[in-house]
Amino acid sequence: MRRLLLGLLIALPLAGVVAGAAGIKYAAIAGGQFRSALKYEDAPNGTRVKPFALMRMPVSNAQFLKFVERNPEWQHDKVSPVFAEQRYLSQWASATTLGDEARGDQPVTWVSWFAASAFCESIDARLPTWQEWEYVAASDETRRDARSDPAWRERILAWYSRPSSSALPRVGLQTPNVYGVQDMHGLVWEWTEDYSAMLVDGDNRKQGDADKAKFCGAGALSMDDRDNYAVLMRVAMLSSLSGADATANMGFRCARSAK
Amino acid sequence: MTRSTRNCLSTSRLLTLAMLLIAGFVFSAGVFAAGKTPPLPADSLYQLTLPLTDQAGKTADWRTRRGKPQLVAMFYTSCKFICPLIVDSGKAIERQLDAKQRQKLGILLISMDPKRDSPGALKHIVDTRKLDTSRWTLASPPQDDVRTVAGLLGIRYRLLADGEFNHSSALILLDANGRILARTEKMGTQPDPEFVAAVKQALR
Repeated sequence: MRRLLLGLLIALPLAGVVAGAAGIKYAAIAGGQFRSALKYEDAPNGTRVKPFALMRMPVSNAQFLKFVERNPEWQHDKVSPVFAEQRYLSQWASATTLGDEARGDQPVTWVSWFAASAFCESIDARLPTWQEWEYVAASDETRRDARSDPAWRERILAWYSRPSSSALPRVGLQTPNVYGVQDMHGLVWEWTEDYSAMLVDGDNRKQGDADKAKFCGAGALSMDDRDNYAVLMRVAMLSSLSGADATANMGFRCARSAK
Repeated sequence: MTRSTRNCLSTSRLLTLAMLLIAGFVFSAGVFAAGKTPPLPADSLYQLTLPLTDQAGKTADWRTRRGKPQLVAMFYTSCKFICPLIVDSGKAIERQLDAKQRQKLGILLISMDPKRDSPGALKHIVDTRKLDTSRWTLASPPQDDVRTVAGLLGIRYRLLADGEFNHSSALILLDANGRILARTEKMGTQPDPEFVAAVKQALR
């Protein structure tokens, strides 16, 4: 089945859509050279992102509910605390009921990295890498890389300055980007497969004075593009979390490799 | 009562007896199994299924290490700087223990680089560092499980373009059921006294 889907993905690049389980839709992402806003000392000229497919929208409460119905070990009252903290899915009325506080079309939040990974695995997918996420998030409605446009930055930053206490909008309200992907900005934070590759030193004063006992090798990451606050905040968030952590605004979407 | 009914009854009695026997067998088998391996505590890291291939090329789930406290760390064999220190750290902890205590502790070094850390590569470290494999195990998980086990152990890492890794280092002490008892990021030949105390406590 996976081969068939990937075959379709390659055979129908114009369609750009691959339907997955439970109404989950993917957009085909063409590969390309990419320079991260993060400073990677080992790859100063950027890296090549391979073609892949990314879910058009973040995973919704309804989709995650189906997952925990089929996989009871991921229900709030059954999950091991090593895989998800106490607040995991705490916005739901019960382990298998969404209730009034969590509508089906809202993005699922309060999910741990382990749970997000297990969800993606259950539909023969995986979490995107940070680089894949950042690559797609660099686009706007018409351009694959809109990052140098001050208007693009302003628009994204406006979301981060909004208080996070209000209820989350539903998924898919925003205009799709050039790939047909929605809600990369302005809805939720998102887990990446390699969240724990973020070796950012929390204390800026230590930058350039690598704490060698903590990070073996070439030291911690730093920002190459200091004006890209949106990316900076995402990285700071991911670097501060453990795999079992869950937060009110951390959701996810899945990806598939094109082989 | 007609003959046929009596036959029928005895048949049903036989069936009942057979069912009781089967139920009894299943029940006792259940008790036996439960006695052998009680369910894992919910907060055991062994909740994760993790097949590990060791320096001898033997693959076994890490749950087979249940029953003995474990000192766990992550490393990779081609690492030049911190990883030799991780072996030093394990040896330094062992030096704080007497012979009896040493036999009660398993030391497990899990590779973050399974693509290169074949049993041969792991064995090379075992040989050059003169590690006693009755206590030490160097092992590689499947590639797709590296980030997961690292997440459980609180280890962060990134593969660099030249094949080296940036990574955080820690020694983690697990109890006989795989629950985290203690953790230290102090590496080297001078072990963290609090951590050593926790190890000794676990081996009592």
